Amino acid sequence: MTLLYTEVEEELRASVRDLLADRCGPDAVLKRIESDAPYDMDLWKTLAHQIGVAGLLVPEEYGGAGATAREVAVVLEELGRAVAPVPFLTSAVLATKALLEAGAEDLLRELASGDVTAALVVPLSASPYRPLPETVTAGEDGTLSGQVRAVAGADAADVLLVPVGPALYKVAAEHARVEVVPSLDLTRPIATVTFAGAPGEVLGDVDVRTVLSFGAGLLASEQLGVAEWCLDTTLAYIKERHQFARPIGSFQAIKHRMADLWLDVVRARAAARNAADLLAAPSAPASDLIAPSGAGGGAGADAELAAAVAAAWCSEVALHTAEESVQLHGGIGMTWEHPVHMYLKRAKASQIALGAPGAHHDAVAELADLPGPA
Amino acid sequence: MTGDDVASLAREFLAAHDPGDRLEFLRARFDAGLAWVHFPEGLGGLGLPRELQLVVERELAGTPQLDTGVQGIGLGMAAPTILAFGTEEQKKRFLRPLWTGEEIWCQLFSEPGAGSDLATLATRAVRDGDEWVVDGQKVWTSGAHHARWAILVARTDPDVPKHRGLTYFVCDMHAPGVEVRPLRQITGEAEFNEVFLTGVRLGDDLRLGEIGDGWRVAQMTLMNERVAIGGAPVRRGGGMMGVVTETWRSRPELRTHDLHRRLLALWVESEVTRLAGARLREQLSAGQPGPEGSGMKLSFASINQALSGLDVELRGAEGLEYDDWSFRRSDSVDFFGRGPGYRYLRAKGNSIEGGTSEILRNIVAERVLGLPSEPRVDKDVPWKDLPR
Repeated sequence: MTLLYTEVEEELRASVRDLLADRCGPDAVLKRIESDAPYDMDLWKTLAHQIGVAGLLVPEEYGGAGATAREVAVVLEELGRAVAPVPFLTSAVLATKALLEAGAEDLLRELASGDVTAALVVPLSASPYRPLPETVTAGEDGTLSGQVRAVAGADAADVLLVPVGPALYKVAAEHARVEVVPSLDLTRPIATVTFAGAPGEVLGDVDVRTVLSFGAGLLASEQLGVAEWCLDTTLAYIKERHQFARPIGSFQAIKHRMADLWLDVVRARAAARNAADLLAAPSAPASDLIAPSGAGGGAGADAELAAAVAAAWCSEVALHTAEESVQLHGGIGMTWEHPVHMYLKRAKASQIALGAPGAHHDAVAELADLPGPA
Repeated sequence: MTGDDVASLAREFLAAHDPGDRLEFLRARFDAGLAWVHFPEGLGGLGLPRELQLVVERELAGTPQLDTGVQGIGLGMAAPTILAFGTEEQKKRFLRPLWTGEEIWCQLFSEPGAGSDLATLATRAVRDGDEWVVDGQKVWTSGAHHARWAILVARTDPDVPKHRGLTYFVCDMHAPGVEVRPLRQITGEAEFNEVFLTGVRLGDDLRLGEIGDGWRVAQMTLMNERVAIGGAPVRRGGGMMGVVTETWRSRPELRTHDLHRRLLALWVESEVTRLAGARLREQLSAGQPGPEGSGMKLSFASINQALSGLDVELRGAEGLEYDDWSFRRSDSVDFFGRGPGYRYLRAKGNSIEGGTSEILRNIVAERVLGLPSEPRVDKDVPWKDLPR
């Protein structure tokens, strides 16, 4: 166990960062969000085929990289830094984790290749700690009916994964109606997904709490990336921007805020690394794919606590850093032209995603034995 | 030398020495190089990586230990400074009794007119043959009444800008002209003192570093002070958090929703701060020291203050009581042995002692983030011409 980055992780980071610098700069992302195709599927295919990010969590015998949450976290940091509009979190993390839980080997193989993209059909705001609202039902003939709102990555998906009760269903995207709605987060838009007697196939059982908690713990790393970009960009700006014949970054009123932000980000990095590390171990051998890892007790509970801590802290830090970034940029921070608004929107939307901070605090109360008043 | 080698060395040492005689045991441990293995041979160490000290501590657990409270300034601040800047004679003379606790150290830095702006200090040291004559007043001096020696910064040249006219000394606390008066604190006790220096004569062999180089030497001391304050490892839910959660769990009648919400937020903040400290120590032992250390004391101070305040509030009527206001000398801070009111008041010092949180934020902003300093009016002006 280490809270640092390994050499392999740094190499992975460097290749993702290089590609994003080339293909996913702020101007490219701004242009993308104004287009009809908010997800950059060409970039996604390149990330999947050249670097293999789509199959990081997939065991090697199914064509994946057999990597762990630690490597996934590093990719998320870089994607967060670029607010890259690719379905990595939704397909390669949430959907893949659900498939691992359900033991759906064939589909894992397809996802690992990068040729097929999937989405878990739950509201992005779903909390790991509450039962999902049961808005989709399965008929006796295995068809699905119902509607789920605020699904991220659905319009980029070929395959929809729908939890109904304990079961995970697979539905081909063409059998559902996926309507993208105007979204607060322009770089990860949400959609309303409607099934009207859609043919579904049961893949196995899935414990949604485990999947969402895993996702929340890793989303923290994406939030760390968002915060890092905001901190770096603001720092560069306040060194350049002169008022009263001085760089505004020389005023203590601003320096002290930056010092506090930096300290928050330092702690976010430690929290995100810790969550990734505990979510990475023990890496389930392929033979255990079918066995769901319950949340109660032992290493599972430690990982869930680490995920809740990272989710609570990093989502607040990303948001606060983005808000401070807008403020410290002054008027330019309020413009469409400057990219900071995309980070603010991502930060605010991901504060709600996979459990708001309050939900994670409630989980800490349970997991760290700090019960509330009777 | 590997961890196993160090472990067997420590075991051999333990087999050959009787821990029953505390002082003789500690002296022998120093002479065996098992005091601080990262120090050089002959000075209590073996010239090994710092993290191997943990192996020694594990093997020698249950043997006589140092009093890290009373010895804190000696171990944490004087020792690394003497090691870095002292002559061979000074290292030989001072380090062994410093480590064994035979000689206690205190710090004569701050003055009534020089707090955050330490470099503006006014205590004068004037050369007189082989000696220096020191006059001035120092303040916030913890443990001065126990101390055999002090680390002292004094002005040796008032005609140059303030940072350049300072020299660092070891001050003999038994010398004539040294007067220590207790200073009563908001907690009621006197943990620290004011120290008056009147015509105190110090030999030139008590000078640490070059004449006029005192500021650079003092930086080494201050850096170590902040590491010592913010860098101690804690376990999850330990320290001040442990005190609060113990009350929280055992007395459900005290809980409210508002306290619960704040407690959980602080628990999370304590945990991420603990993890950042653990990550920092990993970086240090991997030989990649990061700038994160500068921030640890800031976090520690704010969490300790928030938690100790919550602790008083949580206890309700009991929080209205105070354990002991009597004016007495305290040998060291008995933070957890005292009541919640004491902890609340004592924690107020955490954001002042060892560099105020305001100064630490400046340090982070300027040295870590590379932000420009405020325009300075005092940089190139001789010290004697500065407004005071």
